[in-house]
Amino acid sequence: MSSSEAAPVSRSGFRTETSGARLLRLGHQLGFFLLSLAVTFLGLTAVTFFIGRFIPVDPVLAVVGDHANHDVYEKTRLAMGLDRPIIVQYVIYLKKVLAGDLGESVMTSQPVLADLLTFFPATFELATLATIFGVLIGVPAGVAAGAQKGRWPDHVVRVLGLFGYSTPVFWLGLVGLFVFYGKLGWVAGTGRLDVGYDDIVTTRTGVLLIDSALQGEWDVFRNAVGHLILPGAILAYYSLAYIARMARSFMIDQLGQEYVTAARVKGRSFWGAVWLHAFPNIMVPLITVIGLSYASLLEGAVLTETVFAWPGLGRYITQSLFNADMNAVLGGTLVVGAVFIGINAFCDFLYKIFDPRLRRA
Amino acid sequence: MSAPSAPQNWKQWLESESPASRRQAVAGNAWRGLVAIIKNPAALAGLIIVALLLLMALAAPLLAWGQDPLAQDLAQRLKPPSASHWLGTDELGRDIYVRVLYGARVTLTIVVLVSLVVAPLGLAVGTLSGFLGGVIDVVLMRITDIFLAFPRLVLALAFAAALGPGIENAVIAIALTAWPPYARIARAEAATIAQSDFIAAVKLQGASTARILLRHIVPLCLSSVIVRLTLDMAGIILTAAGLGFLGLGAQPPTAEWGAMVSSGREVILDQWWVATMPGIAIFVVSLGFNLLGDGLRDVFDPKSS
Repeated sequence: MSSSEAAPVSRSGFRTETSGARLLRLGHQLGFFLLSLAVTFLGLTAVTFFIGRFIPVDPVLAVVGDHANHDVYEKTRLAMGLDRPIIVQYVIYLKKVLAGDLGESVMTSQPVLADLLTFFPATFELATLATIFGVLIGVPAGVAAGAQKGRWPDHVVRVLGLFGYSTPVFWLGLVGLFVFYGKLGWVAGTGRLDVGYDDIVTTRTGVLLIDSALQGEWDVFRNAVGHLILPGAILAYYSLAYIARMARSFMIDQLGQEYVTAARVKGRSFWGAVWLHAFPNIMVPLITVIGLSYASLLEGAVLTETVFAWPGLGRYITQSLFNADMNAVLGGTLVVGAVFIGINAFCDFLYKIFDPRLRRA
Repeated sequence: MSAPSAPQNWKQWLESESPASRRQAVAGNAWRGLVAIIKNPAALAGLIIVALLLLMALAAPLLAWGQDPLAQDLAQRLKPPSASHWLGTDELGRDIYVRVLYGARVTLTIVVLVSLVVAPLGLAVGTLSGFLGGVIDVVLMRITDIFLAFPRLVLALAFAAALGPGIENAVIAIALTAWPPYARIARAEAATIAQSDFIAAVKLQGASTARILLRHIVPLCLSSVIVRLTLDMAGIILTAAGLGFLGLGAQPPTAEWGAMVSSGREVILDQWWVATMPGIAIFVVSLGFNLLGDGLRDVFDPKSS
């Protein structure tokens, strides 16, 4: 922009925002973002709270046991605040949650939060790896499909997507184990490591690939990769199918725009127009899609983890479920839900910040 | 002048541009939709698969030659697919083919029950919100957003855990997490319709809010809700099967596909068919609903495809 211009008018002719106004707008957006996040989180805690009250398990009996006499029972009931109005009980619950107190797990007799922290890295490792591959393959595939609508790359992506939306993940995992572990022997079986490799690496981050690499235990690293590859590939497939489908439809939208035609008229090659002109414009909505896919992998890992005996959050929740360990189930639901909501909201926020139409200054 | 043959007559009546009665208009619309679906090979394949599912569920005893899905025969346990047991037998010697047939009933029951809860709930919240607007709109949509932001499977898991395992509770758990998109769709449609002139005319004639909602707005929102429902069926089936796989859906010895896959888990490396066969059934049925849903969306809403 030339310095001689008096009025704040940019090249494109739009009025530009002063930096103060921009800051104010960002502040407003941030405030609204935090508020909606807080409301959603309150909703989540309300749901877990009511599920906890709904269950046919007497919370007092869970603490004092079957053989407590009436006096002890009454005292505990009062101490737990169960005689007070439900809304007061909810506030008590909320205070505890905010202080990080999710109760104690009956199964492991540890605080639920400590349990969740030990189980989280395994889920994180799996979901992150799957998302990385989903993005690396899914984005180019989706762009190619959108650019060549109606031709073979398009059909491949559509069929892949259709199959991804129709296949039960737990079944795909079992069939994968049968073929690639049982018949071909290309990958390792269930769990994160073979039996002999346990306890060689000391846990630092909890992410085995990082821990073993840092400590130079390459045997362990290789073994961990062998175990990770099949569940990782299966989750990556689901992530890829979704990302490619969305990238395809964003691309089709963009390629219909006039600026693409203008670029082509100026002599840009077709693929040049796709990658240099249209692609930057689909990056913003793609970030949201990738975030959504990542969040749903974190929760969708429940079934995959069960099939592969993968010691992550999902398996922790399901195992607690069968031991009627409600503190652990609800705590796990709350944490997975909070992470899920957080990622969703964060991507939504990024979308608003990075949308070039809102960035005129 | 010779009278046109009967089938042609029917076709003319159905394709008439100026229907003489409401019945003819409705029939004509349905006819045009059916023709559009049959012309689309993918949608037709979906329609056939869904029809086969219905047939399997209805005629299960007939197709099973009277075999009992619960009949155990321990001498015949874990037998591979053969002429006498088309899809093999499971760990209790039950015929997997027969159990897959009867499993169609369970799947269909779950799908129908979830739809019966989700569609009215979503329609009620959405049309109220869209038509009345104001504070009610803000509050209802905020609640919808909260439910929309929840992780579905984990929440369904927690609900199922709290309510106890079983088909009814699995249905409730899935329905509680599946209704928000319907409320969103119905709200968008209702808000548009509420602005139209015929609603103003009905209002002037003194119609009550309930009458406007039930007789004029809900019927117009129905088609998008049904399309979305068909697209969601696969997801509902997969979630139900997932709950069944985890042991939170239908309880043994009921023949439910997800639970059947789960029972084949232990023997997957040696007796692959136990888990594989019911899994294929889940896949084919989900695929059918996805294909049909895509086709319906193309027919009813060409711009969003």
